[in-house]
Amino acid sequence: MAYSEKVIDHYQNPKNVGTLDKSSKNVGTGLVGAPECGDVMRLQIEVNHETGMITDAKFKTFGCGSAIASSSLATEWLKGKSVDEALSIDNMTIVEELNLPPVKIHCSVLAEDAIKAAINDYREKNGMEKIKFEESVIH
Amino acid sequence: MLHLPIYLDNNSTTPMDPRVLEAMTPYFLNHFGNSASRNHPFGWAAEEAVDYAREQVAKLIGADPKEIIFTSGATEADNLGVKGVYEMYASKGNHIITATTEHKAVIDTCKHIEKLGGEVTYLQVEPDGLIDLVALEAAIKPNTILISIMYANNEIGTVMPMKEISAIARKHGVLVFTDGTQAVGKIPVDVNKDGIDLMAFTAHKMYGPKGVGALYVRRKNPRVKVTAQMDGGGHERGMRSGTLNVPGIVGFGKACELCMLEMESDAARTSKLRDKLQAALLQIEESYVNGSTEHRLPHVANISFKHVEGEGLLMGFNKNIALSSGSACTSASLEPSYVLKALGLGDDLAHSSLRFGLSRFTTEEEIDYTIKSITDTVLKLREMSPLWEMYKEGIDLDSIEWAAH
Repeated sequence: MAYSEKVIDHYQNPKNVGTLDKSSKNVGTGLVGAPECGDVMRLQIEVNHETGMITDAKFKTFGCGSAIASSSLATEWLKGKSVDEALSIDNMTIVEELNLPPVKIHCSVLAEDAIKAAINDYREKNGMEKIKFEESVIH
Repeated sequence: MLHLPIYLDNNSTTPMDPRVLEAMTPYFLNHFGNSASRNHPFGWAAEEAVDYAREQVAKLIGADPKEIIFTSGATEADNLGVKGVYEMYASKGNHIITATTEHKAVIDTCKHIEKLGGEVTYLQVEPDGLIDLVALEAAIKPNTILISIMYANNEIGTVMPMKEISAIARKHGVLVFTDGTQAVGKIPVDVNKDGIDLMAFTAHKMYGPKGVGALYVRRKNPRVKVTAQMDGGGHERGMRSGTLNVPGIVGFGKACELCMLEMESDAARTSKLRDKLQAALLQIEESYVNGSTEHRLPHVANISFKHVEGEGLLMGFNKNIALSSGSACTSASLEPSYVLKALGLGDDLAHSSLRFGLSRFTTEEEIDYTIKSITDTVLKLREMSPLWEMYKEGIDLDSIEWAAH
């Protein structure tokens, strides 16, 4: 299977690989996927309490090239967005941006789930109610 | 001189030996006749070539030429061998014993037989991929007609104890079929010494052309028969109708002859390179060999790199190195290799595996390049792997409640 140029570029030069302090109150961590499925994504956001803006985002991913690219792209998109804006990142925009084939759509779903999980972790830490998301259909 | 890309996926198919192609060429052009045409020189030339190839093929496995049935490949030979015995020996019984690590051509054939009303036992294997002989014998019942155990496994290269298996079968009057696809031409296989009654094998795994294979069917002690699965002109003594693939068969014969002559030196050379590759890759932390290292094909190694996903790993170098992974990330099922899982490997290790298959043409430069390339990629991906980070922090990954999907 041939990968798109964009997937290859993210794989070779991943953006924002790393770890934020998960005990910090302004960091939200989302860990999604499972080793037995061959994909685990950890996505972290650092939020400025005052402005509600995402000031930093980091990821680490165990998975195929498309999973790595999806999470790398997600961190790029997250930086500079407000938490509310981040909620609007949809897996299909990741699919379109990276030209993911149908068998790799689950990678983008995982990235979307990771964003939501990170936001909820941040909300919970800061005394806000978790947002209830509809279950993703494709996994 | 190092030529890229490097081909290390020889369990999938081998390149053809130029000497094989040379032998085949005249049979596409000048000697294009149908070997079943008995009345003119074109047919005679083709028939003579097929007869000669049949001898070359038989000789490699210690068989009589009359015991070789040419087919389109190993899958067809697997089907003909297993289904053919099931039908032919229906009055004796309907039970077949096989193993969970068999190739799909055997497993799915057995599943088909179950649908027809047959009974199949799928034996579990030991963690090293070998069959448990006690369990094998215990599985034999009065209605057992066939034991079907592959000679060597395509994913991990584990070589089964065929002599011991056939001794047990003999004792109970059960026939032995083996899928010899990965073993024939690579290690010494002798149908008489090994006590094999039927065996499938194919040309394209031993430097021959694709589209031609054979089923060995024993003619004496005991005389074995199979019911044809392809009806037609009654070729191959009625067991496999269809005009013979003369150039393919000529190539198959030549490939067998070359393996006969060069198997020993090929094996000595590939095993040395394989051992070098394996030793270097095992220097990487948390890397493991899958399957037996003692009973294994000389040119094969299957290695898992924990906390790195196989397809992601391949992507790091697959422009330059051709390999397979036990990760099934590309398949719709998301299920990793059933062979590795049958060894009792966790899904994480099964997802993290690479299969190396060396060949007669593999060079030391290629192995050196591969070692460096894979090592670099594993280390790079581990830097990106959350599982690696957790492992390094001493977190037990099994204790985490993963969101299963």
